[in-house]
Formats: sequence, C-alpha cells, structure tokens
Amino acid sequence: MSSTCSVSLNVNGVEHHLEVEPRLLLVHALRDGLGLTGTHVGCDTSNCGACTVHLDGRAVKSCTVLAVQADGGSVTTIEGMGSEGDLHPLQQAFWDDHGLQCGYCTPGMIMAAAGLLAENPSPSEAEVRHALEGNLCRCTGYHNIVKAVMSAGRATQAAAERPEVTA
Amino acid sequence: MSITNGGTAELHVGRALRRKEDPRLITGQGRYLDDISLPGTLWAALVRSPEANAKIVSIDASAARERAGIEAVFTNEDMNDLAGPLPMAWVPPGIEIQNPEHWPLARGAVKHVGDPVAVVLGTDRYAVVDAAEDVIVEYESLPVVTDPEAALEGGPFVHDELGTNQVHEWSLSGGDLEAGFAQADVTIERRVVNHRTAGAPIECRGVLADYRAGALTVWSSTQVPHFLRLFLAILLNIGEEHVRVIAPEVGGGFGSKLQVYGEEVLVAWCSRKLGAPVKWIETRSENMAVAHQGRDQIAYVKMGAQRDGTVTAFHVKIIADLGAYNMLLTPLIPSLGAFVMGGCYKIPAVQTDIVGVFTNKCPTDAIRGAGRPEATHMIEVTLDQVAAELGLDPVEIRRKNFIPKEDFPAAVATGVIYDSGDYNKSLDRLLEHVDMPAFRREQEELRAAGRYRGIGFSTYTEICGLAPSRVTGPGGVGIQAGGWESAMVRIHNTGSVTVYTGSSGHGQGHETTFAQIAADRLGVDPAQVEIIHGDTGTGPEGRNTYGSRSVAVGGEAIARSANKVAEKAKAIVAHQLEAAPEDIELADGKFSVRGSPDTGLTLAEVAGAAYLNLIPDGMEPGLEETTFYDPENFVFPFGAHACIVDVDPETGKVTVARYVAVDDCGNAINPKLIDGQVHGGIVHAIGQALYERVAYDEDGQLVTGTFVDYALPTAAEMPSFETDRTVTPSPVNSLGAKGVGEAGTIAASPAVTNAVIDALRPLGVTYINMPLSPMRVWEAISDAQDTSPKGGVPA
Repeated sequence: MSSTCSVSLNVNGVEHHLEVEPRLLLVHALRDGLGLTGTHVGCDTSNCGACTVHLDGRAVKSCTVLAVQADGGSVTTIEGMGSEGDLHPLQQAFWDDHGLQCGYCTPGMIMAAAGLLAENPSPSEAEVRHALEGNLCRCTGYHNIVKAVMSAGRATQAAAERPEVTA
Repeated sequence: MSITNGGTAELHVGRALRRKEDPRLITGQGRYLDDISLPGTLWAALVRSPEANAKIVSIDASAARERAGIEAVFTNEDMNDLAGPLPMAWVPPGIEIQNPEHWPLARGAVKHVGDPVAVVLGTDRYAVVDAAEDVIVEYESLPVVTDPEAALEGGPFVHDELGTNQVHEWSLSGGDLEAGFAQADVTIERRVVNHRTAGAPIECRGVLADYRAGALTVWSSTQVPHFLRLFLAILLNIGEEHVRVIAPEVGGGFGSKLQVYGEEVLVAWCSRKLGAPVKWIETRSENMAVAHQGRDQIAYVKMGAQRDGTVTAFHVKIIADLGAYNMLLTPLIPSLGAFVMGGCYKIPAVQTDIVGVFTNKCPTDAIRGAGRPEATHMIEVTLDQVAAELGLDPVEIRRKNFIPKEDFPAAVATGVIYDSGDYNKSLDRLLEHVDMPAFRREQEELRAAGRYRGIGFSTYTEICGLAPSRVTGPGGVGIQAGGWESAMVRIHNTGSVTVYTGSSGHGQGHETTFAQIAADRLGVDPAQVEIIHGDTGTGPEGRNTYGSRSVAVGGEAIARSANKVAEKAKAIVAHQLEAAPEDIELADGKFSVRGSPDTGLTLAEVAGAAYLNLIPDGMEPGLEETTFYDPENFVFPFGAHACIVDVDPETGKVTVARYVAVDDCGNAINPKLIDGQVHGGIVHAIGQALYERVAYDEDGQLVTGTFVDYALPTAAEMPSFETDRTVTPSPVNSLGAKGVGEAGTIAASPAVTNAVIDALRPLGVTYINMPLSPMRVWEAISDAQDTSPKGGVPA
C-alpha cells in the first residue's frame, strides 16, 4: 500500500484535513473525499476543462493538480459560487441565456469564465472565446455560453458601477 | 384582458422559457453517474486489447489477484452463464446479415484495439487500474484489415469463420434509374468520403449495478434505459420485473449512448457474482477506443441532370465500414439515410445500394443524425458539382429542383411520404439574411487581393420522429422494437402534476418542453409539472431517446394523456356544476361552464373531487391517464443553411467567418431550446467537416485515442451563429411539431464543404472530401495548381 500524506484544504470557506495517497488528484479529493461532486471529469489529458476549480483565486484544472500540491490552499468549486436563490451572476446568465444543455461541462465552464472575468471584467467576444478554449462542450456549440459570459460580465460591471444607496 | 388557454390557444407552448432543469445543474447539484455511491461498492477496471486482431493464447491474472484490495478478476470463461451474446436488433426481411457473436469479454480472440479481455474488481478506484496492468495476456497476432474497400476484396478476414468481410447488402430504390440517366444531359460522378467520427459526449459512459435480494438495479449513463432493462433481463436470466435501470443525469449522448454495451451487462453480472455493488467509470481513452463510432461511409455517387439543372436521377453506392462487430443497430444506420436520399428535391429516380463491411476497428452505430448527415452530404455536395458543371448558380439549381409546396404531403421516389414542407420559404428567409450580390462583389474584391472567401449552401430535409412501427418494425424495415412512446400524466391530490415519459432526456430539456406541453392542456403553470424520465421503475414501458423523437413522439403522447385527463376533469366539473360535459371549457386555469368563468374549478379542485370520489356514478376515482402513441408517419424537418469561410491558401486553414441557419421544425414548443439544439448540431457537423476524425493506422492502432489527438471544436474556432425559423406545421401530430435535435448536424457539413470549394475554385480546386484539415486543403490547392492549365502559385 502506498503511504499517505496529510493535506489541509480550505474548500468553499470550510477547512478540511485529508489523509491522501500522494498520487491522489485534487478532483478526486474534492469529489470522493469531500463529496463535492459538482466538479466533473471528462478526459484523461487536461483537455476538456470539466474539472476546473479555483485554487488560490486562479482557475486550474483539478485533474492536473495533485491534492498534495494544493495543501494549505484555498479552493472554490461550483458549490461555492452560489446556490439556488442566491446565484452567482455567471450561474444566472447561464440559466437566462440557455448556456447549458446536458450540464456536464457547465461547472467547469462557469469556473473558467469566472477566472476570466476576475482578470478582465468586460471581455470582447473574441477574448471570451479564447479564454474558454480549454473547456470543451459538445452540446451548445458555445454560442450561448459565450453570450452568457458576456452578459454576466456586463451585469457584474453594472452592479459595480451602481452608486451605493444610502438610507 | 385575460389570456385564455381554452380552445387551441397556447399559454406556455411557444414561449422561450428558461429550463426547469438548470438550477440544479448550474449549482453543481446534478447527480451524474459517478456522483452516485453505494456502501461497499467495488470498482471495476477493464483489461483491453492492444491488438487489432489476435487470438488470445493465455491470460494470467495471478499477479493482479494478489494485489491488495483486489477481490476478483474475471474473463470470458467465467461468464458461461450468460444467456447469449450482445444484441443486434435489426432483422430485415429477406436480407442476410453476417452477425458474429459479440461478448462482453472477448471469447478467444480480439477484433479491435480496446476489445475487453478481462475485468478486475477491487475496493479502490486507483488500485483496480494498477491491477489491470498486472494481468498478462498473451496474444497471437493476426493480419489486420482497416480499409473497407480492401476488406471487400478478400482476406484477411475479421472473422475467419465467415470467410468474408461483407456483412450485408441492402438497397432502396424508386423510379426508373436507367430512364433518368438517359434523360440527363450531364452525369456527375464523385467518390464522397464521410469519415469516421466519435460521439464524444463530455461525460464518458459509466455503470453502477447493485444486485441484491434477487433484484437488479443498474444506473447507467445511457440514452435507452428501457432497452437496457430488456436485454439485461434476457442476458442475465432475471425476470424483467426484477430489473430496474435508471439513467441519472446523463452528460450528453449524441447517439453513442444509444446502445446495449458489453460493460453494462458485465458490471451487472459482476454485481450478482460478487454480491456487492459494482461501479465502472469509463476513461476518455476507453471512450475513444470502444464507445461506438459514427459515419465511415465511402459513397460512389452519380447524379444525372438536364441542361437547365433539373435532376433526373441519383444513384448512390455506399461502402459502410461497420468496424469489427454488429452492435445494437450497426448495419441499419446507412439505411436511415437512404429514405431521404432524394433530399428536398423532386428527383424521379433515386437508388441507394449499401454494402456493410467488417474491419478491425471499433464498431460504428448511431451518432447524431445516423445516416442522414451522410445522405445530405452526398446530395448537397453533388448538387453543387452539377451546378458547377452546368454553370448554374447553386441557389437556383436548388430552387429548380425543390419539391413544390403544393405537393405536400409528398410521396417521394424512396417510398416515404414527406409530411409537410415549404423549401422556397426557408431559402427565401435565408437570403434575407445573406445578401448574395453583395457577397459576390466582396468575394471578387477579396480575390483580387489574394484572399479566398467562399459561400456554401445546404438546403436539407431529414426524416425523424422515429418511428411509425408499421414502417420500421418487424413488418417493415425490420427493427425489433416498436417506435411508439408512452406517457402517464398523474394529477396529485393538490393539483400538481407528475408526467412519466418513456423518453429519456440527456440534455435536450425534456423537463421544460414536456412541462410546457402538459401545462397548457391542464390549465396549470409548467412549474407545477414534474417530468420523470429515465427510470424503468416508474411509469409505463418506454422507448427512450434517439432519432429526434422526443417532442414529435414522446411529446405527443404527453399531449394525448393530458387531453384525456382534461376530458375526465370536464366530466367531473360538469357533475359538480350540474352542467353538460361538452359545455365545460378550460380557460384562465379553470374548468368552467362556457361563458361563466367565475364558477369554475381549478385542476386542484378537480383532483380533490376525483380522489374524494365526488364524481359521477360509474366513473373510476383518481385522475391519471396513460397513452401509448405510435405515429402514423415520420416528420420531416427542413431548412436552408449558408456557411461563409475564409481559406488561407498558404496554410490551407479554413475559418468559418459566418454561419446562417434557417430551420423549420414545425410549431415551436420552446424557441430558446430549439436554437440551442441548432447551434450544437451545427458545431457537431462543422467539427466533422474541419477538425474531427477517428484515425487508425494500417495496423489497426487507434491514432486518435484522446482529446489531444481527436480535435473537438473549441469556442475559439467557432463563430456565433445567426439562426432564424420558418414554421410549417407537421400534420402528423397534434402539436404540429417536428424534431430538431439532429437537424443542424444533418445540414451543416455540406454547407461548409461547398463553401470551401467555392472559395478555392479560382485556384482550380473543384472537389474535396472532409475533413477539410489544413493539410488536406493545402494539398488540394497544390494538386490543382500542378494540374491546372494555368499552373503557377496562387496569387
């Protein structure tokens, strides 16, 4: 049997301590270890992006990160983005703009898009398309995904520019 | 003013509602196969053949069995209690089909790379993969055949015992072909290659089986839970009533999950054998090697036409590479295209001759469009070749040959009856979006500057809404399944609604579309309508999802069940209000006496009466109805697509600059979802046209085994799409609706191909086969320059 290592992860704001095999992928630590099954696996080669999460604020493919590499890190998964009734602007936009069909790539798409919007709050269509080229979708033809990301960008900008309402 | 949904008015059908299924999917709350766990589950990993054709000399699993956490290793020898080999469900009358046995684990020989040889079971998902590496299989390599045309010439044979690689021959013809060609002024012949592609849903396959206390429950990422239950019951000798198959959230299918796979049978068998739940999650590398693939047809096409462009005859000879085995519908797939081989044109004589061939490759079967994208490509590309030969405009040759709208319902040469169509209307609409004179001017200007832009058209029709059993069933084409669909509409005590459908969605939006259909007929909001699908343990027998059938067949079944419920509701309300049932109407969400809406009962009140037995004498209590709907005919969506491409003559790279699609799928249930289906369908076909290709080398080794090598389109390569619709209702069902799940895929590849040819015509390129990769396009340009009388390097 392989030896195990201790790993501390802050996931969606909650501290977790896991004993893992050194080779355990972060995606499996999240899914099988912590039961956060919103992050998906779609390939063996880091091409599809279904497993995209944020590690210390940056979008990463969690099938390409070992759990031990994330030790001490802060992870955000789709479950940490928003929930029904309190949706993240990207989740809202994917819903409004029909940016998903089977939904399997969607969590990764949203996390990758969130990574883009964090760096570039009002991307052009070309910038959105370029930023999402590491995330594959077979259902939507990307049209409505791109539309959703752009409208989420606009919504976030508009919210940021709205003056504070004081009583 | 109030809106009424009495009579034929629709409140919810036709609205671009957001999807009911999305809140769980955008928050990570969906339950896909690998998200389901049962206590004590064993993991399965497959040992697969690295050889394309070989005898299995020995299998030594001793080292694997000794590894920690490994519970068992099984091979075919352990599975001699299976009732039979894997199914092939096509038995065409009068046709002989070679159908060699195909087992969940190879029996003595492997026939393609990835063929499963053994299964390893253990307590840890990583450990079983390690152990599978320790299973030593000795093979005796045999000669390999991968080229279907060479395979038809003689040995080596994929299945030696057959003494041939030919699987079957099948033809469909109508009209006098000889007379048609005799009337032609020109005859165009081409070899049209429609290469092999992968379904490539982003969720790979997966199975979780739990056999306990004499009953089997199987969760599978499948499009066809009911078919799977039937064959699990047969092959494992378990009463069908004791087998439950659940398709949980399914991460795409595209036909590749329309199958009864060996792994599904194997995992269920292992669960029974070991008395524990067993889970298998396919890797992408496995999916690329063993999930059934699509297309792979070489067609020799011949089209005859008169000088004015009138097409007089179309003859197609297809060599279909079926891979190493027949799976559920493998040899049938090319035949599906034959029924629409005349496209949307009035061609007096059309003939399709199909030869199926075994090769040492993964089997082919239904992939999005299944035979119809291939047929459309043959027609639409060949028609452009005829137009070029005759110096005619590609738009005008299409108009010249369209079946006129007055002819509908239109009996065509292939023997089917197109339900409805108005092909000029969709083409006219397309040309409102695409200004052709302006495009041609721009094209000329760009050419003068050494830039090559082209436009390609595809005016298509297809056959879907599978299927009228009298045509496709045992008495017709020979599929051993009915083409009907079921729906049970249940009104609960409180007036909320559950609809059980036999259609099994996997991304199409069944829960939204079907709720819209039911809601209008029951006077409730779609939010009150829950759609249950993909579970054989609930609701009536079903026939699942494929062939763009969900709305046209499954949706119609729901409409009929809901109508039956509404009729019963009216009788109950009439009894309560002491009125005649025929005087009761559904308006403003109430069943009321016509003209007196204030006195009416809501569905909740009606349900209360139905369950409290406050109903007419002799009426059964309760409020639920079931329908099995078998359509009278197929439905035939159609449309007009235009693709504009830029081709770099230096590199051969093709860029889609603009894509405009006008589709007609009859009455729209949810326009937002229709657009989504069209977008995805188009990209599936652009992927084939430009990037995707399953490639094997001459030794039968799979060259495109991962997403590194198999190039799915990404957001970066794709344009945004311009979509529009015309509406020509179908007379086949009461919804007036046709399918739309495959239309984009059926339409788009010839539009792209014709556009590339149009772009390159000044360089002497007159024809090119997909995939239009930079290398192939560059070579076509290069070859044309070498042979062109003008010669020289592109300007």
